[in-house]
Amino acid sequence: MTTNTSRMKWVILVALSIATVPLLAHAAGEAVPIDRQKWSFAGFFGRFDQNQLQRGFQVYKDACAQCHGVSRLAFRNLAQKGGPVFNEDAVKGLAATYQVNDGPNDDGKMFKRPGRLSDRIPAPYANEQEARATHNGAYPPDLTLITKARGIEYHGSLFAHPFHIVKDMASGYQEAGADYLYALLTGYVAAPKDFKLADGMQYNKAFPGHQIAMPPPLIEGNIKFQDGTPATVDQMARDVTAFLHWAGDPKHDERKGMGLLVLLYLLITAVLLYFAKKRIWASAH
Amino acid sequence: MAQHESSYKPGSRIEHWMDERLPVMRMMHGQFVDFPTPRNLNYLWTFGGILTFCLAVQIVTGIVLAMHYIPHESMAFDSVERIRRDVNYGWLIRNVHAVGASMFFFAVYIHMARGLYYGSYKAPREVLWILGVLLFLLMMATGFLGYTLPWGQMSFWGVTVITNLFSSLDAVIPGLGTKIVTWLWGGFSVSTVTLNRFFSLHYLLPFVIAGVVVLHIWALHVVGQNNPTGLDIKTKSDSVPMAPHAVMKDLFGLGVFVLLFSWFVFFAPDYLGHADNYVPANPLVTPPHIVPEWYFLPFYAILRAIPSKLGGVIAMFAAIVILVFVPWLDTSRVRSARYRPIFKWFLWFFFFSVLALGYLGGKPAEGVYVAWARFFTAYYFGFFLLIMPIVGVMETPTAMPRSIAESVLGGSGKPAGATSAPEKR
Repeated sequence: MTTNTSRMKWVILVALSIATVPLLAHAAGEAVPIDRQKWSFAGFFGRFDQNQLQRGFQVYKDACAQCHGVSRLAFRNLAQKGGPVFNEDAVKGLAATYQVNDGPNDDGKMFKRPGRLSDRIPAPYANEQEARATHNGAYPPDLTLITKARGIEYHGSLFAHPFHIVKDMASGYQEAGADYLYALLTGYVAAPKDFKLADGMQYNKAFPGHQIAMPPPLIEGNIKFQDGTPATVDQMARDVTAFLHWAGDPKHDERKGMGLLVLLYLLITAVLLYFAKKRIWASAH
Repeated sequence: MAQHESSYKPGSRIEHWMDERLPVMRMMHGQFVDFPTPRNLNYLWTFGGILTFCLAVQIVTGIVLAMHYIPHESMAFDSVERIRRDVNYGWLIRNVHAVGASMFFFAVYIHMARGLYYGSYKAPREVLWILGVLLFLLMMATGFLGYTLPWGQMSFWGVTVITNLFSSLDAVIPGLGTKIVTWLWGGFSVSTVTLNRFFSLHYLLPFVIAGVVVLHIWALHVVGQNNPTGLDIKTKSDSVPMAPHAVMKDLFGLGVFVLLFSWFVFFAPDYLGHADNYVPANPLVTPPHIVPEWYFLPFYAILRAIPSKLGGVIAMFAAIVILVFVPWLDTSRVRSARYRPIFKWFLWFFFFSVLALGYLGGKPAEGVYVAWARFFTAYYFGFFLLIMPIVGVMETPTAMPRSIAESVLGGSGKPAGATSAPEKR
């Protein structure tokens, strides 16, 4: 075996061994192919767009918050760097419009008080049972981690799959949940004629099994964005998806910013180590 | 070769004083500075050091995570989220620990493949190899226990499925399997009690691993390292001192590895995990496909390839235990597959089979996937039980260099094609 073929073999082996890592996430029922979208937060230099996060929060608050909580977020997060960065006083005012359970007080009684920056954003229902009772048995899940908790399935050919996986790893593809959520929010279409919808269910082309209890949440013209962006369903879906993606990963911008410096530092270190090694071994050959 | 005298020279008075009482510096110097290292090692030999690094990273990040983690069924998931969101650099520590587990297994699989390719399991390295198998088993246990701790859907259902494997023993003695499962769970369902004991064991086992690593390195330093030619070190020109030569090379290998590690930590931290584990555990909702972490998939595929439950469990454990017997299953006198023209191709196909099993383990157990899983499972065991003993006897090895030095430096009577050494550049 010559040096070249042996080296080539190792390259192939390493590539294949990375390639066997399976694609994440299998959704329930027969999952359908989901198109990938362009996101400002995708990839190596990806960052959240502050304006989009602000619009997204507005969509969440007007169209989702009646049924879905984002209870892992605190009000303070809305004013923090790397997020929508709302004005702190505005967030304080927003928090004060919520009533938060507290106590017991000195009399041993639980009481309600206006929300503060440090409070988690209260969920619309006290518990899952109350939510189900209100929604005909369906449970609107908390949305804080929704894009992290969803994925999309690979639908291409078996032989291309390993390369597809390597490409996703090399490009740092982490937006599968966002792609799915966008497809879901824009996936309400008329059901095919031969499709049997259960009572109170909606047809959605992206939802596994196509029957979803949630009525179309986004309706064109229901919202007026403060920055003048036209509130089309497509725009609202993108914005609220970006907001929820941030809600699941509020340290995203900090992480990628630090990662850039870390990789640069390590790259220089590795080059220096290589030349040091080369010098030390020069006498050994 | 390894029982060389340490060239340690105590310099200061305190070093003299210490050397007469506990010559630990003399030992360290002998084992890690002037220890003779084959001069032809390629970069696959840097993975031993890389694995030690991985263990250290997991222990350090794990200790910090344990300061913030709460092993309780109603708080575990939330506590991990708190680490991600509110603990200072918690997101970083948690990502390093989660990605670190994958990197650890990635490195150990390369380390094992290298051992198989160059015959590092053969005499006199049998004990070294068996300790390695034990380490692999301990790693798997630790990885599995650790994956339960975030208490997401995959955590919960992973524990449920894997612990339930023991109920297959009901087929042998009725009631025995169920008893064992109840004993493992600490109750009649997977609960806080289960989570707590898994956390306790997850914290304990890495220190057991560290202990066995010491034995592994000890055994290595008794018999000396193998090398790509599989030849023993015969003269001084066959080796270089560990420091600075091997140390520097290890450091460069580690540097490249840490680059890959960091890529995942900072840019794809969730890629190697499963989305369902961001859904809090719910005993009432079963995920559509329950799959383990990627590094268990080949064995998961073997488990599901066997039609009987008990048979599958036995096959899965046998797939790991069989590695213990490899030093005696391989009948060839030649260590390195480089000089074994027939075995080499069977071995490459074995590597491919493991990768294929890994792919199939992530697919639903139905239709053509099962058929292929059975084929590759058959090859997995056939490779060890038939090919290793038979090919070793039948095959004629190709010409080998006379010494390690000759394989690096060329020299007279150069055997065709046998002189590759990646350091030559």
